[in-house]
Amino acid sequence: MSKRSIVPFGPQHPVLPEPIHLDLVLEDEKVVQAVPSIGFVHRGLEKLVEKKDYQEYVYVAERICGICSFMHGMGYCEAVERIMNIEIPDRAKFLRVIWAEMSRIHSHLLWLGLTADAFGFESLFMESWKMREKILDMFEYSTGGRVIFSVNKIGGQRKDMDDDMIKMFVKLFGEMESDLRELTNTFLQDYSVNTRLRDVGFLTKEQAHDLGAVGPMMRASGISLDTRKMGYAAYPEIKFEPVTSNVGDSYARVDVRIKEIFQSIDIIRQAAKKIPAGTVDVPVKGMPDGEFMMRVEQPRGEAVYYVKANGTKFLDRVRVRTPTFANLPALLETLKGCQLADVPILILTIDPCISCTER
Amino acid sequence: MQDNNQLKIIDPNTLVPTALEMKNSGYRLVQICATRTEGGYELTYSFAKGYRLKNLRFEIAEETEIMSVSNIFEPAFLYENEIHDLFGIKINLIKIDYNGTLYKTAKETPFK
Repeated sequence: MSKRSIVPFGPQHPVLPEPIHLDLVLEDEKVVQAVPSIGFVHRGLEKLVEKKDYQEYVYVAERICGICSFMHGMGYCEAVERIMNIEIPDRAKFLRVIWAEMSRIHSHLLWLGLTADAFGFESLFMESWKMREKILDMFEYSTGGRVIFSVNKIGGQRKDMDDDMIKMFVKLFGEMESDLRELTNTFLQDYSVNTRLRDVGFLTKEQAHDLGAVGPMMRASGISLDTRKMGYAAYPEIKFEPVTSNVGDSYARVDVRIKEIFQSIDIIRQAAKKIPAGTVDVPVKGMPDGEFMMRVEQPRGEAVYYVKANGTKFLDRVRVRTPTFANLPALLETLKGCQLADVPILILTIDPCISCTER
Repeated sequence: MQDNNQLKIIDPNTLVPTALEMKNSGYRLVQICATRTEGGYELTYSFAKGYRLKNLRFEIAEETEIMSVSNIFEPAFLYENEIHDLFGIKINLIKIDYNGTLYKTAKETPFK
């Protein structure tokens, strides 16, 4: 029997700027078990509902994470709107779809860059982030912000995009598509990238189900679920099917995310064609009373927002189950049997967001 | 709860057999949520099958100890350690028990 040793990984590691720690139990260089530690920077944002009223809490929700900030704000607003039976205008629903899909594209490009950086392909990292920068410019142009947008509110949106702006964005995405195809072909076909990603970190369909994996991590193992199909915002008006793969290795997770980028561009095109004219918000009357569990598909997978209200302006409880938290048990499974050198790549293939996890 | 969500109130003593039934029916664990109530806690266990969500709920007094479901649903160990560290809820036989060190908070059980 090989000698066993325990190697600490993190909480500070060159490939992962956010703090997560793993105790890796090794036999020679093979990982046989991994135990995670999180909670180094837990912020207690859920507790802030006691001090911020339900309208102000939108600003807290969108600060859970700087990458899916828009979707955190939207998920929280959708939950409160359902408690209060608020029907937001159709134009606001389509705006939510457009900004949400732009967030998904920017998040996936950010992740592709980080993954390229992790296996030492610096030029691929820079190309990915160069493209992501264009999306951030679009965010700045349409919302005034590049990270936190503050365009969601209970009852609709704070800002509108005029039709010329939407047309310009569709044109820009059209121009980006050929560059994106060239970039993503490198990820999917380059020899060195394939060598690092193929046949590494398998997660079977049964494991993905039993371990509660979500998002691209789950879909890359063959489970065809996407909470956008549950019909929030204007998604019921949009035609799309969840992107899946039956392979379940690290390469499949890259493949799924890349296809989701192109799917998001298609969703933005559909939304741009269908968005109706009109107002973007409705007045909000009264205080929320009741509870709701809202499920939203973020770039990393399903996020759950549980909101419980008591008829006053302060809520009893807001609880956010983030996708990275849900994907940790699946990550531990993928690490079993891998080589120590593959651990950073495998951690990255769940697209970890510790900021979300430490909400 | 949500349009396609179900909420079932259960006795805390039936948590483990009910969770086992859920597992055998093909459900997966989505989350465990604790909410502070007067003199205790309300616990909600959410399970999903496809897009359908089923929530099991019960209330416990502050010092009540409950059993872990992490031997039925493996991911439960993270949620159970979380509610232990934030709310101080005592849970027995967690598969990986961090004994209060999952979250390194400045204040002990800050959500209590």
